Amino acid sequence: MTRKTSLAANLDWPTILLYILLVAAGWTCIYATGHEEQHARLLDLSREHGKQLAWILAAFLLAFLTLLFDAKFFAAFSIPVYAAAILLLLAVLLVGKEVNASRSWIEIGALRVQPSEFSKFATALALASVASRHNFKVMRLPNLLLLGLLLLLPATLIKLQNDTGSAIVYSAFILVLFREGLHGAILLLCFMAILLFVLSIVYPPLTVAAIIIAATLLLACYYRQPRAALHYLLALLLLFLPLAILLPDAPPDRLLLLAHAACTLAALLLIYLRRVKRVAILLLLSWTCIAYTVSVDRIFQSLLPHQQDRINILLGVEQETRKTGYHVMQSKIAIGSGGLAGKGFLKGTQIKYNFVPAKSTDFIFCAVGEEWGFIGSAAVILLFMTLILRLIYLAERQRSHFSRVYGYCVACILFFHVAVNIGMTIGLVPVIGIPLPFFSYGGSSLWAFTILIFIFLRLDANRLQVFK
Amino acid sequence: MDKFAQRKGIIAGIVIAVCLVYIAQLFHFQVLDDKYKIKAENNSQRAETLYPARGLVYDRQKRLLVDNQAAYDLIMLPRQVKRFDTLELLSILGVSRELLERNIAKCKEHSPYRPSVLISQIPGDRYAVLQEKLYRYPGFYIQTRTLRKYHVDHSGDLFGYVSEVSPADIQKDPYYAPGDYIGTTGLEKTFEWILRGKKGKKVVIVDNFNREKGSFADGEYDEPAIIGENLYTTLDIELQSYASLLMKNKKGGVVAIEPATGQILAKVSAPSYDPSMIIGQDLGKNYPTLQNDPQKPLYDRTTKGRYPPGSTFKPLQALIGLQTGVITPRTLFACHQGAFIGRFVACHDHKSPLNLLDAIETSCNPYFINLFTRVLEAAPNVREGYGEWRKYIEAFGIGEKVTADFDEDNGLLPAPEYYDLRLKTKNWHASYINSLAIGQGELAITPMQMANFTAALANRGHYITPHVVLPANDSLRQRLQQRQVPIAREHFETVIEGMKRAVNNGTGRRARVENITVAGKTGTAENPHGQDHSVFIAFAPVENPRIALVVYVEHGEWGASYAAPIAGLLIEKYLKGAISPGKKAEEKRMIETNLITPEP
Repeated sequence: MTRKTSLAANLDWPTILLYILLVAAGWTCIYATGHEEQHARLLDLSREHGKQLAWILAAFLLAFLTLLFDAKFFAAFSIPVYAAAILLLLAVLLVGKEVNASRSWIEIGALRVQPSEFSKFATALALASVASRHNFKVMRLPNLLLLGLLLLLPATLIKLQNDTGSAIVYSAFILVLFREGLHGAILLLCFMAILLFVLSIVYPPLTVAAIIIAATLLLACYYRQPRAALHYLLALLLLFLPLAILLPDAPPDRLLLLAHAACTLAALLLIYLRRVKRVAILLLLSWTCIAYTVSVDRIFQSLLPHQQDRINILLGVEQETRKTGYHVMQSKIAIGSGGLAGKGFLKGTQIKYNFVPAKSTDFIFCAVGEEWGFIGSAAVILLFMTLILRLIYLAERQRSHFSRVYGYCVACILFFHVAVNIGMTIGLVPVIGIPLPFFSYGGSSLWAFTILIFIFLRLDANRLQVFK
Repeated sequence: MDKFAQRKGIIAGIVIAVCLVYIAQLFHFQVLDDKYKIKAENNSQRAETLYPARGLVYDRQKRLLVDNQAAYDLIMLPRQVKRFDTLELLSILGVSRELLERNIAKCKEHSPYRPSVLISQIPGDRYAVLQEKLYRYPGFYIQTRTLRKYHVDHSGDLFGYVSEVSPADIQKDPYYAPGDYIGTTGLEKTFEWILRGKKGKKVVIVDNFNREKGSFADGEYDEPAIIGENLYTTLDIELQSYASLLMKNKKGGVVAIEPATGQILAKVSAPSYDPSMIIGQDLGKNYPTLQNDPQKPLYDRTTKGRYPPGSTFKPLQALIGLQTGVITPRTLFACHQGAFIGRFVACHDHKSPLNLLDAIETSCNPYFINLFTRVLEAAPNVREGYGEWRKYIEAFGIGEKVTADFDEDNGLLPAPEYYDLRLKTKNWHASYINSLAIGQGELAITPMQMANFTAALANRGHYITPHVVLPANDSLRQRLQQRQVPIAREHFETVIEGMKRAVNNGTGRRARVENITVAGKTGTAENPHGQDHSVFIAFAPVENPRIALVVYVEHGEWGASYAAPIAGLLIEKYLKGAISPGKKAEEKRMIETNLITPEP
């Protein structure tokens, strides 16, 4: 095998091309959101687009500097980097500057940086380092605890800064762990928990209880117990209907639960006698789900009003009002008004006249949607998708375990940001204030993503020199 | 190879699935659904209303009565408001802190992103100060509107007032939008459709703070406001002012009509108020005072006051008697300070027996009750006779609205069924209802109706709908009609002769005017609640009547004591332009008489 020693020849240029395309598209959008004829100069540092241009140039420099490091450095220094990031997060809590109710900024002279952006690649490095240890098995309890601690520590510190959005980003690492052997059931459980959470907020308790019972019985059918399921259903109805007729004033969801409880007890007795283990597990699962549903209500009540509003709006429970639904509504109006081909560059009225809130940061995708239409927004989503898939492809071709885990971290963080940010602008995800990579205005986010990706590209460029 | 390698497919699948769902959602509301495009237009374009100035009001000599003055509304856009000097703003505006704070809360409640009126109708002098300091108050703007300006200081009830539209107004007429002004009473209300003009529209592009960013589509969709049309009234402001002056400190009303045309020359309800009291901001301050005033200055007595006409009703009885043939001018009845006609009817001292002209001259009660009894008894029964009589009275416009220009009361001319119930029989006896002949009993007539039948007398048998605006166009002309009374002209001449004598020698002597023949009739309307009312109807000159009027003075006791002299002064003022020196003392006494709060 011939080893090419030139760094440039070993770099994955398609990824760099995608990166440059996205950064350029992002800057175009920032230019559009702040556009005014009298400030049309590109490098006008008093305007957002001017500053962003400066930060982009700095980001390119950072990318170059990152590539200059020795590939082994990252694996070797991953834990100290992680420790430094944690210290920075602690420092923010003590001396940070509050912006929009979040204490997540550190001011160094005229520069304001957000350590929570940089702690992402630090955590990714640490995770890769831990997971790539010899003979590391994710599903071992001490390992799970260690990984949990590794992720929860920065997430908790960021949550303490009142920056919930950035803290939630750490849940993206579950996908990485899944790739490394986390049991699929845990991923499924997370998914189910989210689904039930949504169901219990949108629908009344009776419906949710009925759905849970129906799902349990369907699962029973799937596990080849259709007769048991049918008998159970009949018994349930025989108990529930007379109760509902006799006690018309009692809340029907309580009666259904009562009937379900009685049937479960009877079934458990039968199961004990006949030893049908699977059905017993299913029935207990259904009770777990019901208990969870009840607690969701409690959890939901414990949320802050604006968080409740955001979830309610997303789920369509409450009519969107001027106050609570304003952001999402305006965002949807801006994107929806773009039509198929968009209004054209600098022609968007909604973003230009400030109808869209945070139009250059969290809601930057509105600029894409309004000015470039469906074609432009679909293209941007496809660009992101291509980049993420390319990163997964690159991660899979790594010989080193460390590089692969790190590569997945990059892909998953990027995916989480894109999915949540775009999802909230089109009303599919609650409003969680996290930036759209390469698009949102701000230096910290751009630099953090640049470093995140270019560390991986440096590792990738070195892949052929790694022996397993 | 690690055993989890196949999981890359699941992860890639999740990524692809999410991206496809997002693209599908984008396709749905960017391409398929038009809803958001329409909402975006509403967002960034704003139709601004251009308010036209209201039409001006003139009198019959084209003298300006009502015009407009500029007023300024302070607009607040909560999102743009920064900390400001509350004390300074309060002193500039001259409002209380509570009001300002309450209104600020209201504006914020309405919308933090859209402008609302914070303080409306700021007077010109305060505006001048405010305009200079406005740069220190971001989020506050001025919107110019027009307010009424009155050149008369009386007759507020006649002109009416303008106020902000109520939700009910908006529901009734979709032309109106919140914040618009509408004529609420009087001429402002009746002729709102002439005076209001047409609102215009200016479509502008705005940002989220509603700041104008320029005209939309070069003004293609703009519509200019059309100024309200002027109102040329039939009023003679000098006569109106003079009547107001004479009615000072009295309750009642004066209505003067030009008989040949039906044009209202003056219409005074007393007491009234200065219309300038309830312009703009003062409306809220002074309206409650006016509303709670026990003398009810807001109440238009000339069209809503239900009064007994008293003896002024007798000329009509005479006409009906002559027309139905139950009497002739030579028919005599006896009366010795009263007469027994089913019951005893009191009268005053005069010669007996007496004929029709004597009876009108002396206002003899028994004569007209006898006459009325004959009318009733000429029919097969009294009830039918009453029906016959009622037809004649109705023909004079009594018991119904006579003009379309005001909110009017019908008055009361009882239907036969009314008495059926009242008397609990259809077999009436004439004496039950014979006090109608002398304008008493259940009868209730408004001063407007009295003036109208006086005009019919002056015209010798017809009247034209009384109106207050010159019929300059078809829709105004359509409101008018001429109505004929089915009584021969010769009978009118007879009765008018009697009314002439009433003024020259009889009860109405104090209404005489030098060199002008006046026909009139006094009335002393019995008032069960206190002092009798003083009434006088008259027209002049008899040969070619130019003015027909009624003067009704509540608690004025005798028709001769106040109503007749006031009517005389008004006729003289209108026909001669000035009061002769011989009448100055009378004029002074009338102006100074206070019947509302009698001096101790």
